[in-house]
Amino acid sequence: MKTLDAQNVIAKRIASELRPGMLVNLGIGIPTLVANYVPHGTNIHFQSENGLIGTGPLPEEGLAHPTLTDAGGKLVNALPGASTFDSAMSFGLIRGGHLDITVLGGLQVDALGRLANWTIPGKIVPGMGGAMDLVTGARRVIVAMQHTAKGKPKIVPACTLPLTSMKPVDLVVTEMAVISFRHGRAALLEVGPGVSVAEVLALTPISLELADPVPQMRL
Amino acid sequence: MKTISAHDAVNLIPHGATLMIGGFMGVGSPERLIDEMVRQGKRDLVVIANDAATPGRGIGKLIDAGLVASAIASHIGLNPRAQQEMLAGRMRIDLVPQGTLIERIRAGGFGLGGVLTPTGVGTIVEEGKRVIEVDGAKYLLETPLRSQFALVHAFLADQLGNLSYALTARNYNPVIAMAADTVIATAEHIVPVGVIAPDHVITPAPLIDYLVVNP
Repeated sequence: MKTLDAQNVIAKRIASELRPGMLVNLGIGIPTLVANYVPHGTNIHFQSENGLIGTGPLPEEGLAHPTLTDAGGKLVNALPGASTFDSAMSFGLIRGGHLDITVLGGLQVDALGRLANWTIPGKIVPGMGGAMDLVTGARRVIVAMQHTAKGKPKIVPACTLPLTSMKPVDLVVTEMAVISFRHGRAALLEVGPGVSVAEVLALTPISLELADPVPQMRL
Repeated sequence: MKTISAHDAVNLIPHGATLMIGGFMGVGSPERLIDEMVRQGKRDLVVIANDAATPGRGIGKLIDAGLVASAIASHIGLNPRAQQEMLAGRMRIDLVPQGTLIERIRAGGFGLGGVLTPTGVGTIVEEGKRVIEVDGAKYLLETPLRSQFALVHAFLADQLGNLSYALTARNYNPVIAMAADTVIATAEHIVPVGVIAPDHVITPAPLIDYLVVNP
């Protein structure tokens, strides 16, 4: 088996959380890669928040439609059974608890599982787009991010960046670890391929509950 | 509904006007009206829209031309020009969560005094807003938005002004068509009445003040 890079380890692990029939929203960056690991024919409904359920990979060149795009404005396809709707409906689906899973990128996650992922004040001010609604409204929130940035942990005792929502996320998946945040407690559920528990603890400066032993991610 | 040329439609819009403009990353934006606004140099505009699109596309063209004084939007991250203008203080941008922005517009168009949303509670979005508790849960009171003009782009318009949209080009268009004093629509195709079946009309004709005729 060929070795996956960090981003694809994360994406493949998260893909195993998806179940047939679920309505799922994938953010930009690593989350987009999750769709690559969903077995063909699995009946998962991917939502693009610009107004599409049934987002699929591009058709062959020359067959794409200019007004069939994802939330980043990129051309996509609509799978059989797809539906389109306006932005009020789209965010009603998100905020109203109809979205089973949202997968988002992250800049920081704090000890309680609260996510910061939309701005670095003074440096990157893109706007929150749909991120605040997605984290607040989705039934299950999964963060896909690398464990560190420039060697520094991204899971921190307290976020220094503005929070996306006060609601804690459910699961953080990095190339080193799967960490859940249930009832305000962080638990290390799995370690990444070739990663030891000690290595995770050294780069995760929050209190973590541990299973004994901590299993390795199944990929 | 009156028919109008793109030139005359834009001529109705004064400098400094407040505009809602349809489109999501430029998809479903009324490009002909935007091009004409650039040509006529409509300046000091207040734009309410989902995003700043990209340079050279949709609302991005208005920003390229320096015509936007301020904007209410949810995302400008894919338009480096918009970020520069904002950070340099030449353009004021109020960033609003996407689901909140569309609901504020919907409230404006549906005659509501605002909406209560859990989005943003406890974050910097809460600053300056009333927090209202309903059945033990906290919500932000978000106020309605309306504008002088809505610039709508449809896929089909019939000769009465009924509109339908194509795929993800629908986005904000049917919602802003409810929330402006004057609604100007463009369409990819203008078709005879009846071609759009009643069940497929998304924006009913009485909402449209002006339909831009094809050149």
